[in-house]
Amino acid sequence: MITLSINGLPLTVEPGTTLLEAARFLGIEIPTLCHMDGLTPYGACRLCVVEIGSAPNAKLVSSCTYPAQEGLKVRTGSARVVRARRMILELLLASCPQSKAIQDLASAHDVRRQRFRQEHETCILCGLCVRMCAEQMMAKAIGFRGRGERRSVGTPFDEPSEVCRLCGGCMYVCPACQLRCTFNEPEKAICGGCANLSAPCLEKPGFDDLMCYMAPCAACEIRKD
Amino acid sequence: MERLNSIEQLRALAARITADRDPQIPVIVISAGTCGQASGANDLIRIAKREILANGLADRIALRVTGCHGFCQAEPSAVIEPDGTFYPKLGIKEMARVVHAVGHGEVAQDLLWRDPGTRRRVQKQSDIPFFRAQTRTILASNQKVDPIRIYTYIENGGYSALAKVLWSGDPSRVVEEVKASGLRGRGGAGFPTGRKWELLANQPNGRPKCLVCNGDEGDPGAYMDRSVLEGNPHSVIEGMLIGAYATGAAEGVVYVRTEYPLAIKHLIIALRQAREIGLLGSGILGTGFHFDIRIVKGAGAFVCGEETALMRSVEGERGEPRPRPPYPVEKGIEGRPTVINNVETWANIPLIVSGGAAAFARTGAPGNTGTKIFSLVGKVKNTGLVEVPMGVTIGEIVNEIGGGPSGRSEIKAVQTGGPSGGCIPASMFDLPIDYESLAAAGSIMGSGGMIVMDQSTCMVDVARYFMNFLKDESCGKCFTCRKGTQRMWEILDDIASGRGEPEQLDLLEELAAVVKDTAMCGLGQTAATPVLSTLRYFREEYRTHIERKYCPATVCRSLFQYRVIAEKCTGCALCVRVCPSGAITGPRKEPHNLDQSKCIKCRACADVCKFDAIAGDAIVAVPSR
Repeated sequence: MITLSINGLPLTVEPGTTLLEAARFLGIEIPTLCHMDGLTPYGACRLCVVEIGSAPNAKLVSSCTYPAQEGLKVRTGSARVVRARRMILELLLASCPQSKAIQDLASAHDVRRQRFRQEHETCILCGLCVRMCAEQMMAKAIGFRGRGERRSVGTPFDEPSEVCRLCGGCMYVCPACQLRCTFNEPEKAICGGCANLSAPCLEKPGFDDLMCYMAPCAACEIRKD
Repeated sequence: MERLNSIEQLRALAARITADRDPQIPVIVISAGTCGQASGANDLIRIAKREILANGLADRIALRVTGCHGFCQAEPSAVIEPDGTFYPKLGIKEMARVVHAVGHGEVAQDLLWRDPGTRRRVQKQSDIPFFRAQTRTILASNQKVDPIRIYTYIENGGYSALAKVLWSGDPSRVVEEVKASGLRGRGGAGFPTGRKWELLANQPNGRPKCLVCNGDEGDPGAYMDRSVLEGNPHSVIEGMLIGAYATGAAEGVVYVRTEYPLAIKHLIIALRQAREIGLLGSGILGTGFHFDIRIVKGAGAFVCGEETALMRSVEGERGEPRPRPPYPVEKGIEGRPTVINNVETWANIPLIVSGGAAAFARTGAPGNTGTKIFSLVGKVKNTGLVEVPMGVTIGEIVNEIGGGPSGRSEIKAVQTGGPSGGCIPASMFDLPIDYESLAAAGSIMGSGGMIVMDQSTCMVDVARYFMNFLKDESCGKCFTCRKGTQRMWEILDDIASGRGEPEQLDLLEELAAVVKDTAMCGLGQTAATPVLSTLRYFREEYRTHIERKYCPATVCRSLFQYRVIAEKCTGCALCVRVCPSGAITGPRKEPHNLDQSKCIKCRACADVCKFDAIAGDAIVAVPSR
């Protein structure tokens, strides 16, 4: 067993426990967008950073991937953590302003403005859908392509996937832009997961031909109108 | 190729090769790395062969084709051994003359290197300032070894270090030796190599261990690893063999960029020859030790130089970093304990073993032992690969080896450590080059890129350039690196295009600090360094861009306009001839006119003007937003 302290509270956990799990066990809330129990920790959104160690070697690590270590001192709400978290939320808000989840998080962290040029992106590339598809659904229908600003999620060569079972798991786990759909670009859609969903997609004309994925319904509504 | 079945046979072979060679016969050594070949070394080789054969000199002159010697400014070049006569920038005709001169035991005086300062000719390579001020422990072998002939490596003491450790029969002593040498990883982070090896050696003996040579050298303007892999691949192979013996690793991987075809070719040949001669594979030199090396070619992602991304790439996955811990030494390629060292680190190992740790530690500074190769490029007279003891000052490299500024303009700063490194201003040139000092100055050692910049370089533009590189090369996995580099570039682009606002400077600094703090891997954590270091030393320049909408270095095109200074202009019409857009007109002998509406700000006129009569002024009317 490993003994560590989080925000001064001592805690004993099993080896292999992550700092996020340990903190949650104590009831300490740490925001995340890319973490889900049952999926491999990924460390993409960086929202869950916590401060470990003591000055001058203190550093920020993503709590969802960092394993608990004997005698580790963890701070989940230090000034440095809060500063980083607020900046990350500001960046998220600047890129995906329509997302309810991001709006709520920003509000909870008192992020009241964003100083960057406004973008309307539909995906924060948290990788939950990719992991869900690969690890829980065993399908590996979607994955990442490209790198840097051209990184995106989709099927190989944007072809409709033969291994996709239209389970809708990818949409179910999407934290930021829930209910993505490419109603107005059916050729780009792949999984047809909309069939598992209800309004507004259901009420669209031509719903039977509809395949749905990877662009938010909200955006498609906007574009259509 | 006869197979060596014992350590004695290796020693006998080395003695036989040495005895077979007549030290009196002059050798023409031609530098033919990728860079040498690009500047015409292949022609020189052809001509040298032809001239030697045509004049019946085959038994009186020897020819050796080697990797890069490092003096880029002088390529294609040749050195005559044993007296060390150096001939820079040879053409086909000059090469024939060199062969002729060597055949007659003469020196072609008018082809020798000329000191740009004193205008005097210098004959010996070791007397040229560029070489004189260096300590070439690794690069010197590049000149002595023909990379595709293992015998030349053995002749120069190659594989004797391996023989030594096999003879001693004690792996733990090798680890102790490397630890005592104080060698630190040359890839940039500077982790003590001996400690890394010790961790690997002490890993529970469950799964076969793995060694990796990281040759994914992606920094723009840095090519020291390439020159070692091309010029002396056996030194890396020998280093890895020693490492494998010390740590009990069974498999080695050399990860090389596909952009280095010659390095890959030479490595393939070197590995094949080492295997044939019994220095690689099973039963090395008749002992029970076995180790083999394979080559993995990188597909061109900068991030794959990061160790966890490199491992994923070797496994055949997307080159994306993963969080540490677990560290590669616990869980590396396919879950096996793995040690990853840089090319230069591996090349240092045979030197440590054969010369002894104490001798190695005497070079350099305490805590920063040995030498480091830098690729010195930019606005200096002598560019090339520079190997110096750690702890020398930046000024020594720039002014003594580099020979000072190449143009009339003064040197402004040096950028160290590639795109993730920082800029160090000329006022700090007495800073010793070691891992700690560079870090304290807000830069990094990195793999050893060193770009010298003069007054015609705009620091905002430099930061923007590197940020553009990083935003493309970020793998995009973690949010702060992907979005942070994009947003930093966006702000820098705003400032450089005249859209900057004073509050953006604070935002930039705030963002840079968070990216540095929260990114997952080394790429992201250092991605903010170009911004933070230029902000630290050149904040005034940022301010000028934002407040006066003026770029003092006349680089950011939206922030200045050219003007002919009538008092200085002699009317020589040089600028009229070079102007590609016909913006400059005017009769000879009279001050010229510059038509702003036609000027494309290409800088050709300012560069060509001998009287500094072209000035870059602030555009008075601030562009509307």
